[in-house]
Amino acid sequence: MNYSIIRYILCRVLEFQALFLALPCLAALIYGEREGWAYFLVLVVCLAVGEAGRLKKPKSTVFYAREGFVAVSLSWIILSITGALPLFLSGEFASYTDALFETISGLTTTGASILSDVEALSKCNLFWRSFTHWIGGMGVLVLILAVLPLAGGYNMYLMRAESPGPTVGKLVPRVRHTARILYEMYIFMTVIQIILLLITGMSPFEAMTLSFGTAGTGGFGVLNSSIGSYSVASQAVITIFMILFGINFNVYYLLRVKKPMEACKHEEMRYYLGIIMIAVILITVNIRDSFSSLMEAFHHAAFQVASIITTTGYSTADFNLWPEFSRFILVLLMFVGACAGSTGGGIKVSRVIIMMKLVKNELSYLIHPKRVRQIHFEQHVVTKEVLRSISVFFIAYALIYGASVLLISLDNLDFTTNFTAVAATLNNIGPGLEQVGPVNNFSVFSQPAKIVLMFDMLAGRLELFPLLLLFTPSTWKRS
Amino acid sequence: MQIIIVGCGNVGTTIAQQLSKEGHNITVIDMDGHKVEAVANHYDVMGIVGNGASFSVQNEAGIEKADLMIAVTASDELNMLSCLIAKKAGDCSTIARVRNPLYNKEIAFIKEELGLSMVINPEYAAACEIARLLKFPSAIKVDTFAKGRMELLKCKINEGSILHGRPLTYLSSGLHCDVLICTVQRGDEVFIPDGNFELREKDVISVVASPKKANEFFRKIGMATNRIKSCMIIGGGETTYYLAQQLLPMGIEIKIIEQNKERCNELSELLPQALVIHGDGTDRNLLYEEGLPRIHAFVSWTSMDEENIMLSLFAKSVSKAKTITKVHRIDYDEIIENLDLGSVLYPKNITAEYILQYVRARQNSIGSNIETLYQLIEDKVEALEFRVSKQSKLVGVPLKELRLKENLLIAGINRKRMSITPGGQDTIEVGDTVVVVTTNQGFHDLEDILR
Repeated sequence: MNYSIIRYILCRVLEFQALFLALPCLAALIYGEREGWAYFLVLVVCLAVGEAGRLKKPKSTVFYAREGFVAVSLSWIILSITGALPLFLSGEFASYTDALFETISGLTTTGASILSDVEALSKCNLFWRSFTHWIGGMGVLVLILAVLPLAGGYNMYLMRAESPGPTVGKLVPRVRHTARILYEMYIFMTVIQIILLLITGMSPFEAMTLSFGTAGTGGFGVLNSSIGSYSVASQAVITIFMILFGINFNVYYLLRVKKPMEACKHEEMRYYLGIIMIAVILITVNIRDSFSSLMEAFHHAAFQVASIITTTGYSTADFNLWPEFSRFILVLLMFVGACAGSTGGGIKVSRVIIMMKLVKNELSYLIHPKRVRQIHFEQHVVTKEVLRSISVFFIAYALIYGASVLLISLDNLDFTTNFTAVAATLNNIGPGLEQVGPVNNFSVFSQPAKIVLMFDMLAGRLELFPLLLLFTPSTWKRS
Repeated sequence: MQIIIVGCGNVGTTIAQQLSKEGHNITVIDMDGHKVEAVANHYDVMGIVGNGASFSVQNEAGIEKADLMIAVTASDELNMLSCLIAKKAGDCSTIARVRNPLYNKEIAFIKEELGLSMVINPEYAAACEIARLLKFPSAIKVDTFAKGRMELLKCKINEGSILHGRPLTYLSSGLHCDVLICTVQRGDEVFIPDGNFELREKDVISVVASPKKANEFFRKIGMATNRIKSCMIIGGGETTYYLAQQLLPMGIEIKIIEQNKERCNELSELLPQALVIHGDGTDRNLLYEEGLPRIHAFVSWTSMDEENIMLSLFAKSVSKAKTITKVHRIDYDEIIENLDLGSVLYPKNITAEYILQYVRARQNSIGSNIETLYQLIEDKVEALEFRVSKQSKLVGVPLKELRLKENLLIAGINRKRMSITPGGQDTIEVGDTVVVVTTNQGFHDLEDILR
């Protein structure tokens, strides 16, 4: 374990956090709010600590996968802890735990809130909440890789630890260029969305915060009714952009280098869009009677499906009151999640497809025991290592899931609440069902349960293993 | 530049590492997924698993935007085919490793017809390297600059040498030698010394000088500069053949010891002037019988690293011969360096070095002015030769007035076929080539040396 390089990276992260905090400071200035001081104070502290810690150059730059995982998980923890400070200092949150829950929920693009009245928050706090989504969506270290020349070949380990999906590849030979291209596309799409939302009649503040929430597939709104009280056109724009941000960014890269044919052939995207289509049709038919027209039913079904499968968590209707069939489709979508290499969370479409193919293969082995057959995905054979990592991911996922539900059951809430609360946090969605449904929030849980859910959110965003590695004693051994 | 490398063996990996560090965008292709993954994990390069000669694989690697394709797989045919397809698909420059002597005879034709920019034959390259070393028996390593007019020699200060405990200024004041010591390696440390730096025994120094002055320097410090008159080569592979072919015309007596009878016949047919001995090169009696103690140079070039090292150690102990040892595995170089082996050559590094030189020279034509670049000491010190093609801040200013970066030395200036060992009064002029030795990396232009 190379501690000095990790210290160096973490100090870099703190400097970036200072940079991020400058934005809510600006918002506070514009709206003339006193809460801005809290942000400024934390900004100064982050900058000072970051600068001071970076003065000493790392002793060695030896870097392996282990250092990558640890650096990434610690970065996220540090970002959460420092990001929660201004929220707490502003006095609008009851306890530091609540502020931390809100920040982790923001950074991991979950969007689960412990606030019952969002509208009471100051503008700069609202802005910061939504902006954490945008940072967390593509990842902080990816941003750092894009901007700073972190020398050495270890960049790939950082990128792999932070980016979601069973296999993380590069778009171009250099990590730095890859990260830059990703952020360029990310910023481009966010700006387009802001412009479209402005055209459909939103205020600039709402257009920006909601676009940040959509881009990072987060889900913090600025109104108590989430997205419900905006115009239909705005809702439609958000629906489309939620789906777009849930697609693997490789597809956009292919479009960017003018290979539309290959982009259309992207297998994961096809499955992803197929799943959305089927889910929307089934739910539309199922909820047809409770809406005045078929179009309206379709509109709300599409919004909720897009919101859940991309793990955004916005809502235009209280789907908790929908028929059981529709509710369960949404719960299933929670687990599927978005595409790998997107900003969304969940298990990821590609993992689900490969698992399905594995099951199909197993059945075929039962019929033809000697058959040799390999699993193909996106025109490539899936290697044994990838298959193993996916299977292990499922096992770890199920274990964490079970343990989390068990622990929060101590609060003695009903099963659906507990089950979907963990689903909503581990998959970085936001709202669940019953007491954590779209019109409710997570304030029903006790402090210990909130800590469990915070862990789930971080574990979900970093895809389990980086965080689990922190709890493995041998990680911390020198050598 | 966008560069595609086919084959992730030792050579491919070395090239990928170095070129990526020098700022090129590298994509590697290999059939073996594990190898590709290892390279992509360690260096900032993109890896693709597949057959490098396949058009679709090359397409995936971005052949249409590539500037250069380097094919260094184990198979000559695959390398040539990869390059041919890359040429047609991406219209890029191509480098192929071709080692079969049969092709080597027709290499001009192949190069022309396949449109290859460069063909590298590892055995031939190694033979050239050995021949250069034998010209300067006291040096461990020889690199040339300015088309051979300047040489950079690495050698070790013997125990009891007159240089022990002397500052560098002694070279000019005491010995009247017009040479420049540009790096000193002491244990793990590397110094770029100034005039007051004191030399010690066992330091490994790099000296820049013209060939004539270098010889004079070696004579004055009491190191053997006797011309080599006889050379014993253990192992009769392709390198041995190429080497003998180069040494024989120089009037050097060649003894080749080879185990395989048929190969012996072949060699004696190919090299009628050489003395080919059929026998076991590790047989002590045989070595004595063939006059090992009186031999001038000893090249152990069998296919076994252990045998080579052992033979060289033995030769060192019983004779004053200049020993050259082949080592295949590059992973344990720091241990091997500790042994008193004389010159150690890593054939794979030689190949990689040749290719790197080509790439740098090409880079030269698009933006940077580097003519040649050598790594003097593994990853730590580089010697670069820049061409001064246009007016710049540096031109015409006496060197002592230039504010140079730290750990940097201007080691030589070449002007119209003359090589100058620079002093404080000398200036750089347009049309010169300038050799700079530095521990900093990533220089692209001569102006980069200024603070």
